Amino acid sequence: MIMRRIRDFFKTFLLYELVKGMMLTGRHFFQRKITVQYPEEKTPRSPRFRGLHALRRYPNGEERCIACKLCEAICPTLCITIESEQRGDGTRRTTRYDIDLTKCMYCGYCEESCPVDSIVETGIFEYHGEKRGDLYYTKPMLLAVGDKYEAEIARARQADAAFR
Amino acid sequence: MMDSVEQLLGPAWPVVWTLAKIVAIVLPLVLSVAYLTLAERKVIGYMQVRIGPNRVGFRGLLQPFADVLKLLMKEVIVPSGANKFLFVLAPVMTIMPAMAAWAVVPFSPELVLANVDAGLLYILAITSMGVYGVIIAGWASNSKYAFLGSMRSAAQIVSYEIAMGFALVGVLMAAQSLNLVDIVNGQRGGGFWSWYWLPLFPLFLVYLISGVAETNRAPFDVAEGETEIVAGFHVEYSGIAFGVFFLAEYANMILISALCSIMFLGGWLPLVDTPLTFIPPIFWLLGKIAFVLFLFLWFRATFPRYRYDQIMRLGWKVFIPITLIWIVLIGALKLAGWWAW
Repeated sequence: MIMRRIRDFFKTFLLYELVKGMMLTGRHFFQRKITVQYPEEKTPRSPRFRGLHALRRYPNGEERCIACKLCEAICPTLCITIESEQRGDGTRRTTRYDIDLTKCMYCGYCEESCPVDSIVETGIFEYHGEKRGDLYYTKPMLLAVGDKYEAEIARARQADAAFR
Repeated sequence: MMDSVEQLLGPAWPVVWTLAKIVAIVLPLVLSVAYLTLAERKVIGYMQVRIGPNRVGFRGLLQPFADVLKLLMKEVIVPSGANKFLFVLAPVMTIMPAMAAWAVVPFSPELVLANVDAGLLYILAITSMGVYGVIIAGWASNSKYAFLGSMRSAAQIVSYEIAMGFALVGVLMAAQSLNLVDIVNGQRGGGFWSWYWLPLFPLFLVYLISGVAETNRAPFDVAEGETEIVAGFHVEYSGIAFGVFFLAEYANMILISALCSIMFLGGWLPLVDTPLTFIPPIFWLLGKIAFVLFLFLWFRATFPRYRYDQIMRLGWKVFIPITLIWIVLIGALKLAGWWAW
């Protein structure tokens, strides 16, 4: 007991633990750095990544969305606004499909609820708006995203299909 | 050439010459402060297995200039309830002693602005002035956080001043002089074994740790404890007024490192006497300053912040007794004639 107290006293007095801590940081000083230099280097991304939204089309060019409004109903932040009407060929189609990305929390429920795989979240996360309203995405904008990245979107769906 | 310039300027010559000498010291000092901030970010980054700033210029070498430019562009906001005069005076009061103390620091046997006999006393007197800047800053801001920060800081600086002073008493007992040049010359002899860090080892540690506390650096940075009192005494400062506080903190760090090198690590003396004398003395001093500065950064990367009462306990109940005992011991050794340094 008394020996231990004496030992503890000397340990404190000789800054034993402080030196030990400094040795640790000293070792880390020479370790290989693990920083990912972002714009040049990127970390791998899962096919389940939920980024910017897109509206997809069928290979024949017909848009997938049937205006069932399940995504609008499930959206926890109410950021989706849909209006629909009957098209000339008797099908129901959206006339308006807006997503307010500033409200969206990227939960992915819209994607989950969609019966025709129309609304999807892509792996794109490096987008921005430069003035107010730039992040309010309308139907043509979402379709344009879908058209542009269709190959990538299809690949991500394919990779994740086995687990759905 | 010097003579012709002297004749040309006539009576204005001493003033011009003194100003030139001041600029010759202050300009490199400010530059080293700038690069110390970069070094700090880099060293701490490396110890956290990161890279640190590397975007501005080659490997981030222009980062300090970007920072300074940013601070210069920002507005200096004076709070409406603040005492405007004191508010502006405070940063000046902090930076002044950090720069004035360099007047007596010897860079090499010949290279010293003022080789005064009471150099050590001057240093103690001037560095104690720094606390006024902090107190005034806290008071003039008219903000509770700033005031709390400045009270903590003042108590801390004043407490550690005593331990620091006692540690320096040990040095002057060993060197038998208050003149910094004589103190370094007193450490001449058999390389680094004859420097004062060895016989005065406890005082060296006390001085180093008190130095960290004096400059309000981590782990003694309760004065600006972000988690408790926002940013302490300089919460209300913005733009370059804050920049001046920042500059003063780092200039103080460099000063403490320089003093530590001079008093305990043999100043401009080489590590080993014979083979390394071709390196000019000033580089030895700069190397030692850099080493002590690295320790400062290392401390910051390693230790968590002390609690306020722990700081006070360490200062009053640990450091002051240690220094007192060691001073008596040195005296006894000297009296008995067993002093080997």
